[in-house]
Formats: sequence, structure tokens, C-alpha cells
Amino acid sequence: MSLIDLANPTRFLALTARLLPWLALVTVVLLAAGLYLSALAPDDYQQGATVKIMFIHVPNAWLSMFVWGVMSLASLGTLVWRHPLADVAAKAAAPIGASFTFLALLTGSLWGRPMWGTYWEWDARLTSVLILFLMYLGLMALWRAVEDPTRAARAAAVLTLVGAINLPIIKFSVDWWNTLHQPASVMRMGGPALDKSFLIPLLVMAIGFSFLFVTLHVAAMRNEILRRRVRSLQMMQARAYTGSAPASGATGPIVGAA
Amino acid sequence: MTALAALIRRDIRIALRIGGGALIGVLFFLTVVVLMPFAVGPDLALLTRLGPAILWLGALLASLLTLDRLFTADHEDGSLDLIVMSRTPLELACAAKALAHWLAAGLPLVIATPVLGLLLNLDATATGAVALTLLAGTPALTFIGMIGAALAVTMSRGGLLLAVLVLPLSIPVLIFGVAASQAAIVGPLPFGAPFSILCALSLVSFVIGPFAAATSLRNGLD
Repeated sequence: MSLIDLANPTRFLALTARLLPWLALVTVVLLAAGLYLSALAPDDYQQGATVKIMFIHVPNAWLSMFVWGVMSLASLGTLVWRHPLADVAAKAAAPIGASFTFLALLTGSLWGRPMWGTYWEWDARLTSVLILFLMYLGLMALWRAVEDPTRAARAAAVLTLVGAINLPIIKFSVDWWNTLHQPASVMRMGGPALDKSFLIPLLVMAIGFSFLFVTLHVAAMRNEILRRRVRSLQMMQARAYTGSAPASGATGPIVGAA
Repeated sequence: MTALAALIRRDIRIALRIGGGALIGVLFFLTVVVLMPFAVGPDLALLTRLGPAILWLGALLASLLTLDRLFTADHEDGSLDLIVMSRTPLELACAAKALAHWLAAGLPLVIATPVLGLLLNLDATATGAVALTLLAGTPALTFIGMIGAALAVTMSRGGLLLAVLVLPLSIPVLIFGVAASQAAIVGPLPFGAPFSILCALSLVSFVIGPFAAATSLRNGLD
């Protein structure tokens, strides 16, 4: 089966129906193994047990950026090939990416409380992730503001691509702003290279979370396709109703409404 | 070229006459700056220190306020459809419209800055630095904001959405605008580095803005 065949929504639904249970299974196994390895990982000599927040925090932070990349690719598909499946992929990814970003902020904040003594620090990384979160929310607001899905998809695609160009600029400028305003007072991981006892659980968790994203994304895409079919059926029904209304009086036939 | 010049002349004329409302931005700028001492207290030393930040925030909000007029009025009376269908490339037309908007709504903010600097107890160097950075930075705000204005033009609640979409994108401009002003006033950094980056941001947005705005206008209007 070539990639073109997969781009057909019906084939996509058929294929993913078979694929989804396996994706979910791999996700569960990887996350379970990752959590087990994380629990077994030794405490850090400085940070104690709180270092284990890292195993959740870092995959979430990584995915928060990765999902924007996925949306940018899908947006290219929307603008260049005008393919409905690309619209669906971009739309389904936005709330998932926002959730990952929020979890990265939340776990980072919980980690910051014992380590830095504060829930929030205007650290360059935290600040740029917060801006990323704001942009996800703006994008979701844009998706909801336009009624017609095709037009919403193109508007969101423009914003996603502009965001993809701007995110590195924002990251760079926030770094600049941070070094200008406050000296490096924040303790950082990775001064010394990460020890193997931490690295392996982290990698397993990162792969597990990536599979979680793929699973959720595919499931959300299926839902979105079905939602659009329901919507177009409703539109057809409404059109049939209004079209036949003058001929057959007020009680027009709603046949095939099921 | 004559078509673009005519478009610029027309937009400036509309903006400055009754119903255009470009100068309301300056009034809003003034009001925001006047409100600040009520919030932080009448301490002149503190106002001097916060002055560049207050002026930059005021200019950012004021330029945001006038942005939704960029395409909405033309959309309402139908001339936007004519601009989209005309032989002039839509990207160039967008750039011309944004330029006209900056001349009518952005440049007055820069001109008003010295007066507002007096209210905030800024000396001549500081006022000059803020005015110069605003001159270099407000085009970036207009050209970035144009993308949001083009996205929001066909929506019913576009104005609020415009603010939510545009503000995160304009953070770099704010950072380097304030950084360059502070560098000129207190140092220790050289003024040139952040100021050059500010100019670069304006130039980059001049390239990206018209293309993104034209794409979203074409998609939004058909």
C-alpha cells in the first residue's frame, strides 16, 4: 500500500482500525517498562528522589515541540496539496500538543518548588515553553472561531507555519532577555553528562511517550474524520429538508435520517 | 507601481479622515501612559526607570488596537474583494496596505513619544532612544499584526482573536525594543547589538507578513 492510498480517508480508517490496538499495546508496554525503570533508578546525590520528575518532564517537553513540527508538516499538506487528511491531522494534533506542553510546565513547576524554592522562575526555557503553550491555545481558538472546516484548516495552517518560523526567534530572544535581566542563577541538569542509570529510563520513557502521541493522534484523527462525516450528513439532510419543503408542505420528509 | 502608490494614498487619506480612526491609537497610547503612574505610584525615580518599558507596552497595545481596521473596513464595503481580484499581486497590495497603515497609525505613535517621555520624567537621551527604537520596531508590529488581521477579517469575533494570535508573536520585538532602549540609557551593553536585531526583525516581518497575509486573505474570502 503506497502513501497515496493511505491519504484516502476511508482506507485510512480501515488501516488504523487494525493498527490502533497494537499501537496502544506498544504504548502501554513501553510506559510500564519506563515507569518501572524510573522507579528503580537511583536518587540523585543532590536532588534526591525529585530527580525522577525528569522522566515525565523531559519527554513531555520534547513532545511539546515535536507536535508543533508535526502540525507544520500537516499544514504544508493543507496549503500545498489541499488534502483533507492533512487538515484533520493538524486539527487533531493541536489539543494533544497543548496537553503535552501543559504537562511539561506543570511537572517543571512541581520540580522547581523543591529545587529552586519557587513554583515559577522566569527562566528562559520555562518562559519559552509558556509562550509555546499560549500559541497552542491561540491556534485552538482559531480552529474554533471558523465554522467551515476547510477554511479553518487553511487559516490555522498559515498561523502554524508563521509560528514555526517565529518559535526559534522567540526562543532566541527569550534567551537574550534572560541573560540580560538575571545572571545564571538557576541550577541546570546536564552540567556533567547524564549518567547511564538515568539515561536508559529516560529514553524508554521518551519512546513510550512518543508512541502515546502517535496512538492519541491516530485516534483523534479517526474521531475527527467521523465527526466531519456526521457534519456533512447533517448538512445534506438539512439541504434535502429545505429543498423539499415548498413542495410537500411544512412536514417535509426526513427519510434516511438514521 | 502607480496602483500601489494610489492604494497607499487612499488608505492614508481614509485613515486620517472621519471614520478612519488611526489617530485614536495615539489617544489610547496617551491614556495608557497616563494610567501607569496611578498603578505604580507618582514616584518620579521609579517612573524614570520603568519609562521605556511603559512606552513600549503602550505603543504595542496601541498598534494592536488599530490593527483590526487594516482589512475590516475594506471587507465591509467590498473593496477588499476588488483588491484580491485586481492584477496587482496580492502580496504587494498587502505590503502597501500595511505600509500605509504604519504611516497613518504607527508613525504618529513615534512622534508622540517625546511628549509622553516628559510625563514619565525621561531625559533627552532616554526619550531619543525610545523614539528611535519605536521607529525601528513599530513596522515589525504592523507587519506581524497584519497576519492576524488577515486571519481575523472574515470572523465575527475577530478583534479579540487578533490580540491573542498576535501578542505572542510580537514578544521578540518587545524584548529587543526595550533592551535597546535600556542599553542606550544605562548600558552596560552596546546599543548597536539589540538595535540591529530589532531592525532585522522589522525586515524579516516585512518579508514574511505580506505572504502570510495574502495566503490567508485568499483562503478566507473564497
